[in-house]
Amino acid sequence: MSDVVEKTLSALPSLLSLDSQAGAGKLSPSSKLGNLIKGITELTSKHEEERLIKKELESIKEQVASPNTTMRQMKEIMVRAIYCEMLGYQASFSYIHAIKLAQQGSVLEKRVGYLAVSLFLNETDEFLLLLVNTVLKDLQSTNLIEVCMALTVVSQMFPKDMIPAILPVVEEKLTHPKEIIRRKAVLALYKFYLIAPNQVQHIHSKFRKALCDKDPGVMTASLHIYLQLIKENPESYKDLTGSMVTILRQVVGGKLPLDFNYHSVPAPWLQIQLLRILAYLGKEDQGTSEMMYDVLEESLRRAEMNHNITYAILFECVKTIYTVHPKSQLLEKAAECIGNFVLSPKINLKYLGLKALTYVVQQDANLALPHQMTIIECLDHSDVIIKRETLELLFRITNAQNVTVIVEKMLEFLRLTYNVWFIQTMNSVFSLGGDVMQPDIPNNFLRLLAEGVDNVEDRQLRLFAVDSYVSLLQGETAKLPQRFLQVISWVLGEYSYLREEESDPGSVMRLLARLLDQRHTSTETRSWVLGAMTKLCSSPVYSGSLNTVLRQKAQELMILSQDTKLRARVLPAEDSSLSFLDGYVSEALAAGAAPYKSPHQRQEDLVQEKALSLEPYGLSLPVSLSSCSITDRRSPTLLSMSSGLSGNSTELSHQEGSTTLKLEGVKRVWGKDGYLAQQQSAGETPTPLVELPSPLLSPQSPPSQTQKPSSGLEPDQEKRQLASSLFVGLGSHNSVCLVRFPSTVWLFIKHCQSANQSNVVKALFKPLPLLLPVPLTVSTGDYGKMWLSFSHDLKQNLQLVTTEHQEPLTATLDALKGKLHLHVVDIIGSEGIVACRLLQGPGQGQPCLLHCRVHADSLAVWLRSPVPELPDSLLYHCQKALTET
Amino acid sequence: MIKFLLMVNKQGQTRLSKYYEQVDIEKRPSLETDVVKRCLSRKKEECSFVEYKDFRLVYRQYAALFIVVGISDTENELSIYELVHNFVEVLDKYFSRVKSKLFFLSSQSELDIMFNLDKVHIIIDEIIQNGHIVETNKNRILAPLLALDKMAEAH
Repeated sequence: MSDVVEKTLSALPSLLSLDSQAGAGKLSPSSKLGNLIKGITELTSKHEEERLIKKELESIKEQVASPNTTMRQMKEIMVRAIYCEMLGYQASFSYIHAIKLAQQGSVLEKRVGYLAVSLFLNETDEFLLLLVNTVLKDLQSTNLIEVCMALTVVSQMFPKDMIPAILPVVEEKLTHPKEIIRRKAVLALYKFYLIAPNQVQHIHSKFRKALCDKDPGVMTASLHIYLQLIKENPESYKDLTGSMVTILRQVVGGKLPLDFNYHSVPAPWLQIQLLRILAYLGKEDQGTSEMMYDVLEESLRRAEMNHNITYAILFECVKTIYTVHPKSQLLEKAAECIGNFVLSPKINLKYLGLKALTYVVQQDANLALPHQMTIIECLDHSDVIIKRETLELLFRITNAQNVTVIVEKMLEFLRLTYNVWFIQTMNSVFSLGGDVMQPDIPNNFLRLLAEGVDNVEDRQLRLFAVDSYVSLLQGETAKLPQRFLQVISWVLGEYSYLREEESDPGSVMRLLARLLDQRHTSTETRSWVLGAMTKLCSSPVYSGSLNTVLRQKAQELMILSQDTKLRARVLPAEDSSLSFLDGYVSEALAAGAAPYKSPHQRQEDLVQEKALSLEPYGLSLPVSLSSCSITDRRSPTLLSMSSGLSGNSTELSHQEGSTTLKLEGVKRVWGKDGYLAQQQSAGETPTPLVELPSPLLSPQSPPSQTQKPSSGLEPDQEKRQLASSLFVGLGSHNSVCLVRFPSTVWLFIKHCQSANQSNVVKALFKPLPLLLPVPLTVSTGDYGKMWLSFSHDLKQNLQLVTTEHQEPLTATLDALKGKLHLHVVDIIGSEGIVACRLLQGPGQGQPCLLHCRVHADSLAVWLRSPVPELPDSLLYHCQKALTET
Repeated sequence: MIKFLLMVNKQGQTRLSKYYEQVDIEKRPSLETDVVKRCLSRKKEECSFVEYKDFRLVYRQYAALFIVVGISDTENELSIYELVHNFVEVLDKYFSRVKSKLFFLSSQSELDIMFNLDKVHIIIDEIIQNGHIVETNKNRILAPLLALDKMAEAH
């Protein structure tokens, strides 16, 4: 118990005498209620609570049964029963007495009776039927307080079937001279509408009357009904738009009595209610929306005062503005308003700002752009709720270019927050997304699992993953995508030891072996499985296992991995020449089939096709790629693939090169003491043993596997890089996928489920932009020689940039130089020559030359390069850069 | 839409609870413990809104008492945050009529609530019904209760 309470308890008598003066009822600390309260405040354990309340319930039971108990005592008993129920102990025997109290008590007792009924019973309780007569009697009472409380209880709960019994009386109250009665009658009718809409259909005209009531309270009450009606069927209530607008204008203009103000703001909750109604009315309806533009603008303008409640109104107002038919001027003002929220140092406003931004970016993703840095800061905010809201926002602006970074951020967040759920969600992502998934996603996932200190939480996460995979493998595995199986293999290989003795150590090995045996398992997956098995069998649990089968398997694997010839005989799946198919192939070729291309070749073709296509690359430039390299590609997937196979590399070293496992060039990352990565310099990376069919990881792929985020990077710069990768693509073109979905994570599932919708698939799986030009410094003479030697060219007219101080040619070339990092070699008269080369991409290191000449109002550009697709893509970027200028 | 309103002390003990959506009596204590744990564990500089299952919590602290409101996803958090304050101002107005000091800044507020549980409920019934905000005008919120008090005194 708190000290405060203790002290106060000792001062109880004086406190209570004050209370009695206040007319708040006379309680003596020795009264039964006083004792109960004292008892409750002194509780120190659940056990004590149980004892206290059980005793109390016994005492209540005894008292209510006694014929001598007065209504006054009954009132106190009800409060005690409310306490018991509040603490979670049912006092159902007292329900009937609550109803009795409402029937027979004097006014205050009656009110407590009604209160107890509303707290004890739920809407479907049959006990409520016993209340109908009492309510009817009180509704007809001459005592207004009794009418009031009857209406209050009716608007809280009333048996549906008995509505007709009291409906006429309630209806009658709509014309009562007292506002409070009219108001409560409207609320009672609202309740009827909620539980039995058909019963009140005939009195809709009376609702309108209430809406026009001279008392603002009655009008406010009727808005509850209208919000509901309009939400369900906006078309039928369009004629009310004018009235709603007028009401809002009057409220905003301060026409209500002063006691409706809250901290000098006129009826803020009423304003919010009206704004919601307007949103429903104006949605997708230009005519109706036009009627409300003025008042919405006024609401924005009036809410200038710096108080939470005005921000609450602004938030609602912004939402309405972005829900109704758009008016650009208004949208601009609303967006400005959001800026104030997001930049606010007050954390609650920041939260609301992020929420508002999340709402509006669904209409226009560019609205997030001015707040990039704030969003990045919020992403690293110490408050998880802020973080979570930020991710929700990022989810709404996910597009083809930034999906990888955003997904990674989400994964990070999820791992930190919800372990079990995270693994389960990723399981469904992998099962559904399968092999079409961008390899980054499994890689990031594995990295997240592997990362982190070896604390209890990390271990739990891994253990949970292991357990869930074991149970998955025990089921039907034929339908699991190969990439998921690879993830499973890796995790089982690394973390099976966490399962410890509690389970049969051989079970994991057997499951993996089963995978190896199955026909649908691809070669690539098999090597992952083997890697996992090798890791497992080098662990003493298996090689020294008492289970003979397992021990044998482990030993076999160890020996097989050292003896190539034997291995080739035991595992004939390695017959890569497939000579037995020769006859079939030549037959097919003769019949006109296309010659076989290796996956490697096909991949290359694919990349080239991509580069040739005129598909927009998004923001393209250095920032986006360098930020990609933050996504450290040395994922555990790769590391451990090598690790799995080079586990015994000391023994293997003398026969390197002779093994079919192709250990050449594989960096040793696992030694007897475990992971050796820290000894590597950042420049050396393990070559992936298994070639993943991905443009990002295949050897010719551009994004560097070697670049690590430079440790000397200024935090600010890092943020900016992150920003550029998060907000890439939000600029001129709209490849934004505005999938509306409540929760961030659904992104994965949603994307995966709709894998046949090409745009969504593209969003997830499209490779990153490849073009990355750097200036190429050459002399005019060299330029000329190069120009002549290049065979691929392209001519096109571009628009000129015009400025006041510069020649159009200089201005245009400067613009290109600034945006695309081109080198302006020389400008002679109306001609200019420009050079650049590609840092990365299919034509890595290759130059591209531009010859520009001013021709009438445009710039005639002639591009030449030794790489066929380079002029084309560079031209595209020039066009884009110039349009933006 | 408001789902529930709780008043709890710093130790996390419920001093008042009102539900607008059916929750079994037996399940309430564990829900409340869970909800309170989430709010009490938050730091001062963190925002006053918490996600909880499929709804959100808005909480506000007054001296020894916390007020926590569970709301649906579509509700405006800040307007509820201020509604809580309006409610507290109403309580202040009611309980400090005799005591000169501000009710909610006093350390007795917890006991005042406990000894007047029925009245606080009556006040809440005027402000919130069926999960909707039905009255925010302080005078009008207090009118029925003051009338009751008057009658009880005359009795």
